[in-house]
Amino acid sequence: MCLSIPSKVVKISEDKTMCTVDTMGVQRDANLMMMDDDDVKVGDYVLLHIGFVMNRIDEEEALASIDTYKEILEIMDEEERRRAILEDDECEARGEQYAEEIQS
Amino acid sequence: MAELELKNLYDDFRDGKTLKAYARIIAEDAEKLERPINIMEVCGGHTHSIMKFGLPQLMPENINFIHGPGCPVCIMPKERIDHAYVLSQQPDVILVTLGDMIKVPGSNGSLQDARAKGADVRFVYSPMECIKIAQENPDKTVIFFAIGFETTTPMTAVLLNQVIQQDIPNILFHINHVTVPEVMKELIDSRDVHVDSYNNKIDAFLGPSHVSVIAGSKIYEPFPREYGRPVVVSGFEPVDVMEGISMIVKQFVEKRCELEIQYKRVVTEEGNLNAQKLIDTYFDKVSLFRWRGLGNVPDSGLKLKEAFEKYDAEILYKDVLPIAEIEDHKLCICGDILRGMAKPPECTIFGTACKPTTPIGSCMVSSEGACAAYYKYGNLITS
Repeated sequence: MCLSIPSKVVKISEDKTMCTVDTMGVQRDANLMMMDDDDVKVGDYVLLHIGFVMNRIDEEEALASIDTYKEILEIMDEEERRRAILEDDECEARGEQYAEEIQS
Repeated sequence: MAELELKNLYDDFRDGKTLKAYARIIAEDAEKLERPINIMEVCGGHTHSIMKFGLPQLMPENINFIHGPGCPVCIMPKERIDHAYVLSQQPDVILVTLGDMIKVPGSNGSLQDARAKGADVRFVYSPMECIKIAQENPDKTVIFFAIGFETTTPMTAVLLNQVIQQDIPNILFHINHVTVPEVMKELIDSRDVHVDSYNNKIDAFLGPSHVSVIAGSKIYEPFPREYGRPVVVSGFEPVDVMEGISMIVKQFVEKRCELEIQYKRVVTEEGNLNAQKLIDTYFDKVSLFRWRGLGNVPDSGLKLKEAFEKYDAEILYKDVLPIAEIEDHKLCICGDILRGMAKPPECTIFGTACKPTTPIGSCMVSSEGACAAYYKYGNLITS
């Protein structure tokens, strides 16, 4: 009911009341009457809900989120790597040496 | 910056590694909490995401989900469904509604039953299909049984706008649109009174996001300010939900109480002003709307403005529409589930007498209902 699907606009009608969107390979028509004339352009990503375009998806914000997630994963991977080196090294002295190197 | 592809909007917000990373961040932050916190996800879409992706499994013990009433089909009291049923029985009427309404049982049966008995009931994907149906059936009256929160209200407004613009004589409306903030207030007010006995106060809200796409995040401003409840407006994808939960937990750790938007790629503070204008043009608030399981909630429903009464089926057919309030099945606890006071497995008929193929309560009927979510994905959850 409230779920909306991200889709890409591939065509806009001349009177700007309708558009054709692509939803992961499926094409369908969507109503543009809830949007201003210049709100939506071909190539934009939009949210589709019961046949209407509800809003444009802000590309920069989407990419910023994705970048944040990548950063989090990189930081965690790095932490995991450090922990793995410390845990897997059975030689205590070498472990300390590595630990110092890693900490520095 | 990399170029965004449609695939990113699906895959990157469902990535298992990212989910686990957020689970770790939440767990680390949750250790600093002074007490357990209960987070209500108001929206049925969030409930489904939480259940489908097994998010409760990823939560530390001191973070609890309370499922809210955000499923427009589930909260529809039986008497409104009976209205639809009765309207479908009227001569020369084609009753049109969205597909979610197919199986919801009223006291005479569901709209599917009405159709089986010969009524012309049609389930559509979009309200705009009413125009084609009306044009193809000029001798019939098409009644659009409109349901949904702020998310779908403007679509009904667009349809009415077109009916007026194109001077279509045979489309009427039965309005059942409801609003989210009013019911959130009701939930807090009713539960805080009983907090000692219920012992499950709502500490924070995961704010419905597509409601906010239309209405803006501004509709939740009273909750941190007047009710002391943080709200994070979050998207529906599992990574969105986990990030939203993480943002809520951080607020508690840092002793903040704010309205934040996690779903910035679509939600703004102001929302879709065109859609809001459409709603304001055609709709007024009704002083009371009875929600299933919650009773009368002040100012939570909408009706057509007086100027558009000639399109209002509820007024035009008032002589045949039942007015009595109808209670739910005695064994069904949908009411408690919609108030977040119980979880589906606590119902004695859950999964036995009541299941998606033979639903007794609305929470099992609707694709967004909490019972349907538990039935479908419950094997992912350990009690």
